[in-house]
Amino acid sequence: MPLLSVKNLAVRFETHHGTVRAVDGISFDMEEGETLGLVGESGSGKSVTNLALLGLIPSPPGVMTGQVHFDGQEISALSEPELRKVRGNRISMIFQDPMTSLNPLLTIGRQMTEVLELHKGKSHSEALRLAAVGLGEVGLSEPESRLAQYPHELSGGMRQRVMIAMGLLCEPRLLLADEPTTALDVTIQAQILELMAEVQRRHGTAIILVTHDLGVVAGTADRVAVMYAGRIVEEGPTHQLFKNPHHPYTQGLLSSVPRLDSDTSQKMSSIPGTPPDLAEMPPGCAFAPRCPNVQVECKSERPELLASGVPGRSNACPLYASPDSAEADSAEARP
Amino acid sequence: MTRPLLEVQNLTKHFPVGPRTFLGNAQQHLRAVDGVSFNIERGVSLGLVGESGCGKSTCARTIVGLHPATSGSVRYEGVELTTLSRRGWLPYRRKIQMIFQDPYASLDPRQTVAQILDEPLALFGLGRRRERRLRVLALLEAVGLNPRHVQRYPHEFSGGQRQRIGIARALASEPDLIVCDEPVSALDVSIQAQIVNLLAELRERFDLAYLFIAHDLAVVRHLCDRIAVMYLGRLVEEAPREEIFKNPSHPYTKALLSAVPYPDPEIERTRERIVLRGDVPSPLNPPSGCPFHPRCHQAHEVSGDRCSHQVPELLQKGDRSLACHLD
Ligand SMILES: Nc1ncnc2c1ncn2[C@@H]1O[C@H](COP(=O)(O)OP(=O)(O)OP(=O)(O)O)[C@@H](O)[C@H]1O
Ligand SMILES: Nc1ncnc2c1ncn2[C@@H]1O[C@H](COP(=O)(O)OP(=O)(O)OP(=O)(O)O)[C@@H](O)[C@H]1O
Ligand code: SF4
Ligand code: SF4
Ligand SMILES: [Mg+2]
Ligand SMILES: [Mg+2]
Repeated sequence: MPLLSVKNLAVRFETHHGTVRAVDGISFDMEEGETLGLVGESGSGKSVTNLALLGLIPSPPGVMTGQVHFDGQEISALSEPELRKVRGNRISMIFQDPMTSLNPLLTIGRQMTEVLELHKGKSHSEALRLAAVGLGEVGLSEPESRLAQYPHELSGGMRQRVMIAMGLLCEPRLLLADEPTTALDVTIQAQILELMAEVQRRHGTAIILVTHDLGVVAGTADRVAVMYAGRIVEEGPTHQLFKNPHHPYTQGLLSSVPRLDSDTSQKMSSIPGTPPDLAEMPPGCAFAPRCPNVQVECKSERPELLASGVPGRSNACPLYASPDSAEADSAEARP
Repeated sequence: MTRPLLEVQNLTKHFPVGPRTFLGNAQQHLRAVDGVSFNIERGVSLGLVGESGCGKSTCARTIVGLHPATSGSVRYEGVELTTLSRRGWLPYRRKIQMIFQDPYASLDPRQTVAQILDEPLALFGLGRRRERRLRVLALLEAVGLNPRHVQRYPHEFSGGQRQRIGIARALASEPDLIVCDEPVSALDVSIQAQIVNLLAELRERFDLAYLFIAHDLAVVRHLCDRIAVMYLGRLVEEAPREEIFKNPSHPYTKALLSAVPYPDPEIERTRERIVLRGDVPSPLNPPSGCPFHPRCHQAHEVSGDRCSHQVPELLQKGDRSLACHLD
């Protein structure tokens, strides 16, 4: 049985512009010790997916449907007090915006020790010691003094690292890391990713890593799921997906990654157009207005995510699941 | 030779910390910015990169007057800014603007886009009401937003669009210099590219200078003419873009470049990185000598104990500056 099994998860927000289908029926499984990279355009539903797994969708305006099984338990059916025992304990989350998820009125030390005292029954002094160790592990200098500081006294990247240290304190079984390294320079980022990998090795933690840095995904994820407009449009093992992306959106995404060897006299490449308005979704494929391969039939029915003939890969563009691409992949998969 | 647009000399910003530390009671000084000097010429973009917590944001905020400087000098067209009164600052507020990382937190959620953009125009008396209305529409057009959306509120826009609103607001007062603190970090690659292209285009159009802080070195390389590398409150290297990328001199710059993730799983999992070992140095208690020496992989190449005893000055050599005892 997988550690995490998500079936048909959907989240909609009832707003005065209409119903926003932020997550529109996604399913995936995760095994212990696995890292899933979750990538996709801004507003495609990555953060909402993570929040939904923890039962943190504000309601109203949010409505969540579907099932989430974790460690033999249907957590989507748990009550709020039961969920609170899971959050920050067996499942922890590193939120995308550290400034809004850290309490500005409490010292870093207070916020970190609270978690340990609440979930692990540690004494205050033991909790302080562990918190300082945690801050040292994420590369904060003088961790003992940092415990006495308030969030606004830290740099953006330091706040992000405090969030990471908090997320790792309870040695979770599942870690939801939402853009954990966006505010970090690349050397500290490498150090943090290494730390997460070590926690994973030690405790068999499964990690959902949301990031728009495809270099980070390339270096850490076992599998990648690509989201567009509330759905997973492609999923597969990292190596194969990077080498041979099937879905036109994934292809566009990979080709707009800025590189250190790109030609600076040219414009940076981006996918033309803008993502669809989730409150007014056109029928058919959500990527159709921006897709270079669009056909007439794309605009009538929204394509499903289907296995693409290569083990472990699936893709929601019916026009691309051609047999020759499948051959190319199985050729790669051979040693 | 004409004067640079902005001259920063020996700028320092120290924050008092404590007495409420867990360790001791004495008030300590956190040296966030510890003697930084650089110039920015009109129309030129300077990228500022460095380790998280090394003082980039503090430096930027001190330059634009959001923090008082502890010491040192910031001159704009030759005028000293650090000693100006609030009133005295007003004309320079117009000429020096700032864009922040989090577009949402820096826009007032209760104001429409029209109000947000009209504010600087009204503040600096740039036109009567009718003219200002036209200017607001022109600004939206300049940053690629639909002028029909002028009555919308920030939460009705996506992250990338909100960042465009922030840029439009910064442009409103017709600045010469825009200080950008991680303006694209929170955006996905496609929108990031659109914003960087926009900043590049606006620079050409309005002859803007940028001080551009970012962690994504590919983005910095794309947009900036020169790059300054900061470590623990000081600049360690400053040079034209291609020099930094093709021929980095400072050991920290080399380590930084070697850690840039590459979007290819095969390369990414096999290549060599210079791993920074040793304790992360503290701005409360900076190491003696070269601030980088406890982690430097090349300190052994310098004879004697100069690295741990003598602070290397930032020395100019031709078109680049370097603070390292290595030749
Ligand atoms: N409380 C809410 N009310 C209404 N709409 C919401 C709410 N929270 C999220 N949304 C909408 O849900 C959609 C998905 O948002 P989400 O934050 O998951 O995007 P994301 O993929 O994480 O994007 P990013 O990369 O920018 O973080 C967006 O269109 C967003 O505007
Ligand atoms: N208001 C403040 N009070 C006390 N210390 C502060 C304050 N603001 C910043 N600092 C400290 O100054 C140092 C530099 O912070 P700064 O925000 O300038 O770093 P940064 O280079 O922008 O880092 P990042 O890349 O993480 O944003 C840090 O040690 C930080 O804790
Ligand atoms: S279904 Fe059609 S529009 Fe959608 S991605 Fe495939 S080719 Fe493009
Ligand atoms: S001065 Fe010495 S310690 Fe500092 S960077 Fe140069 S070689 Fe390394
Ligand atoms: Mg998000
Ligand atoms: Mg900063």
